[in-house]
Amino acid sequence: MIVASDQVADEAIVRFENVGLRYGLGPEVLQDISFTLTRGSFHFLIGESGAGKSSLLKLIYLALKPSRGLISLFGHDIPTTPRPNLPALRRRVGVVFQEFKLLNHLSAYDNVALPLRVAGAKESVVKKHVSELLTWVGLKSHMQARPPTLSGGQQQRVSIARAVIARPRLLLADEPTGNVDDVMGFRLMHLFEELNRLGTTVVIATHNMKVVESLGHGRLLLDDGQLKMESAITKIDPKAKSLAGDNKNVASVAVTTDPFGEFNNDSKTFSDPSNLETSL
Amino acid sequence: MLKFITRRSDLPLDRDGHSLFLPWLIALMVFLAVLAVAGILILSSITTRWNQGVTGTLTVQISSAEVASEDDPRLQAVLDVLASTKTIYRYEVISDERVLKLLEPWLGEVTNSNDLPIPRLIDVELHSGAQLDTNKLVSQINKIAPGSSVDDHQVWLERMVNLIETVQILAILVLLCIGLATVGTVVFTTQMGLAVHHEAIDVLHLIGAQDAYIAGQFAGRALALGLTGGLLGLVLGIIALMGIGSLMGRMDGYFVPDLQLVAYHWLIMGLLPVGVAVIAMITARMTVLRSLRQML
Repeated sequence: MIVASDQVADEAIVRFENVGLRYGLGPEVLQDISFTLTRGSFHFLIGESGAGKSSLLKLIYLALKPSRGLISLFGHDIPTTPRPNLPALRRRVGVVFQEFKLLNHLSAYDNVALPLRVAGAKESVVKKHVSELLTWVGLKSHMQARPPTLSGGQQQRVSIARAVIARPRLLLADEPTGNVDDVMGFRLMHLFEELNRLGTTVVIATHNMKVVESLGHGRLLLDDGQLKMESAITKIDPKAKSLAGDNKNVASVAVTTDPFGEFNNDSKTFSDPSNLETSL
Repeated sequence: MLKFITRRSDLPLDRDGHSLFLPWLIALMVFLAVLAVAGILILSSITTRWNQGVTGTLTVQISSAEVASEDDPRLQAVLDVLASTKTIYRYEVISDERVLKLLEPWLGEVTNSNDLPIPRLIDVELHSGAQLDTNKLVSQINKIAPGSSVDDHQVWLERMVNLIETVQILAILVLLCIGLATVGTVVFTTQMGLAVHHEAIDVLHLIGAQDAYIAGQFAGRALALGLTGGLLGLVLGIIALMGIGSLMGRMDGYFVPDLQLVAYHWLIMGLLPVGVAVIAMITARMTVLRSLRQML
């Protein structure tokens, strides 16, 4: 088993044991996948097109059920977790989809508000946090704009804002640089690093090796449906780089969470909202 | 109306072309339901009225004697029996003219009643709530005038009540069919909505929406459409009833159904749109929940 951490005993956010996945009666697209992601880790999921990166992410954010093996999320074994409890687990996971998956009939504001609303947050709380976050990502003047009227980069920011608004403990991004140029891609990665410094476990599926090599985080290599470690994993200690700590450029997002993914008012803020805006 | 009822929705259900026909269909359903319910209520009133009208009354029929001169003494003897019966409040011999009038639909106009052996009829009214031993009375009268009979109208009444009850059952079956058609339509419409909006539903599902959250949006929409269509159907139904009532009001006769609806009748019909809308809401909710259960 690959342990994507330097300490096995750390809190396991994601744990896969001998997981296999096949679509219908076809061959296994993922075979014997075993790994553990601990809290605060940052990984790139790399591999050639068709290697199964998106499928692996879908398994993590509970969009797919594995054909075999065990998946555990935040310490909960998914096969034995009652179905009504799964939404609470999903609310702890933020996903930046490759194709954004924004709801075109809703405004940017309402798209970002979705995770809070499904968590039952009061509208006053939703308004406060969504407005703050959209301002932070530089979309203050586009709050009521619908996604089709936004540029690709703006849609990307809305998608990211939606993924982080409820302050997920695990952030997954599927080819987030696929629709942007290299400069934008690097800026985006810096954003994810900043979120990681706040304690969010991050997994980014990408085939952009320039970004991967320049940032030097841990890598999970998928090769022909099998997972291989490519390099040593680095783990960022969230406590060492705290909100009020040494990094004054850590941006602020008014997002909240509790240990079970339910929304509450215990918000923390990045210190410099303008940082993210400029980075994007 | 829709904006008032429909809460904020994350799904663009109000833009669904396939759901636009739902209010009209529900309007038709409620229109038919109003007519069916009105029919049931009116028939129920008629049954009660007839029951009250004939309960406590009897008709004594004295057959004609072989010798015409014996008719009047036999009649008087029977009247003496009736007068001595304590449970009888009043009795009245029906005149030959009136009997002939009653027989006119079958016999035509009869100018000379002496040509026909017309029985003598006595209209009897009992004391309120009194129970008469009809068999004993028949026995007593037959001793005086063999072949006579006492009709307490129960046979006729039972037949009429059976007929009305059959019609009422049919009306209830119509109501059930209307309910099933409504359910089927809402199921179909909801499944169409699920198919059309599956991508948005996937997003809601993946960001942690409970099934009830998604189902609630469909249910709210179905409730709004159901109420809109239901109220339209109710208005159309009331207009139709008023038209029928106006036509029947021009007719005169004891047996013509009285379309006068009382307060509780209106209350029942007023609840029809609400009932149909609630059925639509529950159906939509259950359909969505059932569909979402197939997701992880």
